Amino acid sequence: MSYTGWILLTASLVGLSCGLVGVFLILRRMAMMADAISHTVLLGIVTAFLITRELSGGHMLIGAIIAGSLTAVLVQWFHARGVQQEAAIGVVFTTLFAIGVILIATQVGNAHLDVKHALMGEITFVPWNVIELPGIGEIPEATFILLLVLSVVLIVILAFYKEWKITSFDPGLAASIGIPVVFMHYLFMSLVSVTTVAAFDAVGAIMVVAMLITPAASAYLWTDRLSVMLVLSSSFGVVSAVVGYYIAVWLDTSISGSMAFATGIVFLISFLCSPKHGLLARYVKPVTMSDS
Amino acid sequence: MTVLAVHGLSASYRKNKVLHDVTFNVEPGSLTSIVGPNGAGKSTLLKVMLELHPKLSGTVSFFGSTHSKMKKRIGYVPQRGSVDWDFPTNALDVVMMGLYGQVGWLKWPNRSHKEKALASLEQMGMADFAERQISQLSGGQQQRVFLARALVQDADLYFMDEPLAGVDAATERAIMTTLKELKEKGKTVMVVHHDLQTVEDYFDHVLLLNRTVVAHGKTQDVFTKDNVYRAYGGTLRWMREA
Repeated sequence: MSYTGWILLTASLVGLSCGLVGVFLILRRMAMMADAISHTVLLGIVTAFLITRELSGGHMLIGAIIAGSLTAVLVQWFHARGVQQEAAIGVVFTTLFAIGVILIATQVGNAHLDVKHALMGEITFVPWNVIELPGIGEIPEATFILLLVLSVVLIVILAFYKEWKITSFDPGLAASIGIPVVFMHYLFMSLVSVTTVAAFDAVGAIMVVAMLITPAASAYLWTDRLSVMLVLSSSFGVVSAVVGYYIAVWLDTSISGSMAFATGIVFLISFLCSPKHGLLARYVKPVTMSDS
Repeated sequence: MTVLAVHGLSASYRKNKVLHDVTFNVEPGSLTSIVGPNGAGKSTLLKVMLELHPKLSGTVSFFGSTHSKMKKRIGYVPQRGSVDWDFPTNALDVVMMGLYGQVGWLKWPNRSHKEKALASLEQMGMADFAERQISQLSGGQQQRVFLARALVQDADLYFMDEPLAGVDAATERAIMTTLKELKEKGKTVMVVHHDLQTVEDYFDHVLLLNRTVVAHGKTQDVFTKDNVYRAYGGTLRWMREA
């Protein structure tokens, strides 16, 4: 595949995974947790590097899951002891993130990790860092990891679709009929963590927040069905990734920044034009409710 | 056999003790209202019994067994305000959620589940709204969807948190008809209720609660001026002549 092809494929995989996970972030009102976990995975990645002394995708994924879960557990712990939810999130993630930054700057600084790369990502390097897969041939490592993560996200969402729906909509009822609400919460936090770290090479730890939240928030404006929202959100993610890439090429600027910017455009269009909630719809015709 | 036996139950909320030494038994086929002032711990009592909120001490047994073993025989209707009605789903889907415990892991609801859910909606007079997005339903209609979801669970014991709060007259009638039908089928229902004027008409038993049980028994025996004053303390503004 061509150089551009790999970049577009990698970015689209980011859009798909983030779009799917993002829907439940929005519906569970946990957008702030995405922000938190996107930062604290840095600590997981650095720690994994310090322990293993190599930049391997597998180690980074494990480190990220641990860091993400730690974030979720700590936030819950403080919140249960009377700290406001948002204050707890703010305190936990900035502290863990700071530890990550300190470790990077002291120990690993001159090696392969640097803060700027971690925060902004560098998708332009993705096609050069290849691994050899039996039967398939050479594939960029980041692309391969994103394929794995997308598969995991798809399987976990589809296998527990009704559990995700009921624990997101009515956790009280869910718990009362025996669905393990707390386990589902931490499983979801793990999904957010692996998605974030997989998107790390492509768009960086900060821009991944845009990919997680904005396509899902846009999709929410277009539909009243959860299944449709999932399809729309992941499509918006792909569109933003591709459009963002060409904006970056056209303006010769940051790819991750352009992709995040593209999600913003998608949201703005949705906000103006969506048939149910859009601003334009209110002026074009009076709101009518269809009788079913 | 008692359906529900609660003994010495205590619970706190952020270090404030909201339930203290709550003890009562519920007989099968009774329709009980849980009545008490704001902050009396009515909703918390339901949540503690259902193990949605931790208890400090005491025991709760359902049908002579534990909650986890009897889950399938217990239905719960949370307060309408406890969920996000902008959630992208329709009325039928919400009712189907009542069946998720029966569907089982890694399985999808099938046609028979859907038919059960539709029948429940029909019973609550909501069949025409099955495909309606839930945010486009009125408060009363939303409450009826919640009731339909409880009915589809086909439980033997129901807990309902303020199902009659802020609903229109037609919905109130529909819900009370349904509760009486449940009772006639031998089901047991406990309802957190806020309207003292209707307690006598609607419920055969009453549990007066103010952090602990003030009085519990048949409505005609227990729902007296003295007991209600004791439950509400100085906060009662209205009371019928007993």
